[in-house]
Amino acid sequence: MMKPFPEVPMLSYDVVVIGGGPAGMASAIKAKELGLKVLLLDENDYLGGILPQCIHPGFGIHYFREELTGPEFAARLAKRLVELGVEYRTSARVLEIRNYSDLEKFVLFTSPSGIYGVWAKAVIYAAGARERHAFEIGIVGDRVSGIYTAGEAQTLMDIYGVLPGKEIVIVGSGDVGLIMARRFALEGAKVKAVIELMPYPGGLARNVMILRDFNIPLYLSHKVVEVRGKGRVERVKVVRVDENLKEIPGSEFWIEADTLVISAGLVPAVKKLKKIGVEIDPATAGPVVNDRLETSVPGIFVAGNSLVINDLVDYVAEQGELAAEGAKEFIENGGIESRKWIKVETGENVRLVVPHYLSGERDVHLYLRVSKPMEDVELRIPEIGKRLKLPVVKPAEMIRLKLKAEEIRNAEKLTVEVVRP
Amino acid sequence: MKEIYRFTCIVCPLGCSIEVEVEDGKVLEVRGHTCPRGEEWAVQEVISPKRVVMTVIPVENGALPTVSVKTAEPIPKEKIPELMRFLAEIKIKAPVNIGDVVAEWDGVKIVATRGA
Ligand SMILES: Cc1cc2nc3c(=O)[nH]c(=O)nc-3n(C[C@H](O)[C@H](O)[C@H](O)COP(=O)(O)OP(=O)(O)OC[C@H]3O[C@@H](n4cnc5c(N)ncnc54)[C@H](O)[C@@H]3O)c2cc1C
Ligand code: SF4
Repeated sequence: MMKPFPEVPMLSYDVVVIGGGPAGMASAIKAKELGLKVLLLDENDYLGGILPQCIHPGFGIHYFREELTGPEFAARLAKRLVELGVEYRTSARVLEIRNYSDLEKFVLFTSPSGIYGVWAKAVIYAAGARERHAFEIGIVGDRVSGIYTAGEAQTLMDIYGVLPGKEIVIVGSGDVGLIMARRFALEGAKVKAVIELMPYPGGLARNVMILRDFNIPLYLSHKVVEVRGKGRVERVKVVRVDENLKEIPGSEFWIEADTLVISAGLVPAVKKLKKIGVEIDPATAGPVVNDRLETSVPGIFVAGNSLVINDLVDYVAEQGELAAEGAKEFIENGGIESRKWIKVETGENVRLVVPHYLSGERDVHLYLRVSKPMEDVELRIPEIGKRLKLPVVKPAEMIRLKLKAEEIRNAEKLTVEVVRP
Repeated sequence: MKEIYRFTCIVCPLGCSIEVEVEDGKVLEVRGHTCPRGEEWAVQEVISPKRVVMTVIPVENGALPTVSVKTAEPIPKEKIPELMRFLAEIKIKAPVNIGDVVAEWDGVKIVATRGA
């Protein structure tokens, strides 16, 4: 084996898990249970990923059959991790992944005690997602303080106990935006508006209810285009959009506020994977994967928000476990082989679906999202005659569909569509 | 006077659109639900909505500057501001474990959801 960095101390494991959120912790636990020598790395100084700052209930109804808050969910996984003696390092930031050969992966990380290299046979990448910033959604104006992403505002408020502002405008009505609206309102800030580009709210019904609870106005089909202020945000300009999301001239108005919180969606954080040639699906912005969540680079697996943006942590943990099973099989057999790969494609009103390739040799969960909300529809996979009635579908709610190996074994390809019967 | 409340049921992922017809604080009819749990929830939502409340409270000498807490049970919605004023005054000292009761308010336990 070559030595890529001669001065750097080298460690050696079967599998390295990058990211200690729910996806990474669930992977590391499973990998250990399957008898692998595993190392988990996270750049934060605590485990749990974004969960410790998500202090509202709504986590774990499927996974633990109990409704927990984010920190409680994280603590359960962390407890199991420690009980099993999984090796982990916090404040350990992965700088680079290298893929020398199928069973020779190299991971370089920094930590308070210095830089280390790790050799591993497989890598599970569970580094979560990054938030879209103001400039990515076309907001212009003065360079002022008081503009935060939802995650930044949440960390400030729910880890450090600091209220980011007094009069707040929130961009985006997804779950994150709505949950933040409730937290601000509870802590005594005035949420002046939630601005949503689409003609429907982006969050789960239980979160949309928050707006009614606190009398927060929701502007559908509107966008924030400009921020003004001296030093600090003073007002934001809002404009209405038409059905093609084009700004309607003359519909502009200003809202006075000292804080703008951007909750304009998450994007899988996959820069380090792109560098080693992992193929990306433009629809999910995450890697193309097979039914063990292996990427196009053999032995590199992915789970959680790095794979696809999930709204339920339960699915994230499930993906983590699957990736660990994949890593085990990969290491044991020197690769993941299949007679054939059944390609999964998006059909009518399906915006994205993962995994992308199925072996047909094992049961699989498909995770998908629709493009637009619809009622009384059928989810169909014509190639195998699958039909499932769904009373309501919304882009905000990921649909999870279990397929049995026998159902798909003989298919060449699957097209997933959501249509009116 | 008759009033109609409309909302999306949040008890299960089906998310039925429920309508509740109310007259003088009495429920006349519930429509749109597909199961009894939804009906029960909708009536409760109209008559006396309850919520679990969460916040963070400062902690001295902890690993993080705050611990997160929640009410052990849902409390009437209109009492939330009062509870929040009470919680704003509380400060605690580490160590705190998940599940510790850090305070009590009007018979409702305030439970730590993050250790410190
Ligand atoms: C505001 C909000 C509210 C939510 N509410 C709910 C809810 O009510 N119910 C629910 O089920 N789900 C909810 N979710 C969704 C759920 O929290 C996420 O889907 C889940 O946390 C994703 O887990 P993850 O492990 O993929 O990523 P994360 O939790 O983001 O973890 C990724 C980890 O990777 C680490 N990392 C990244 N890069 C590196 C690197 N280079 N080196 C080392 N470590 C690295 C990060 O430090 C982080 O700890 C919510 C999400 C948000 C944002
Ligand atoms: S009414 Fe029943 S079936 Fe419909 S969403 Fe509520 S709990 Fe679910």
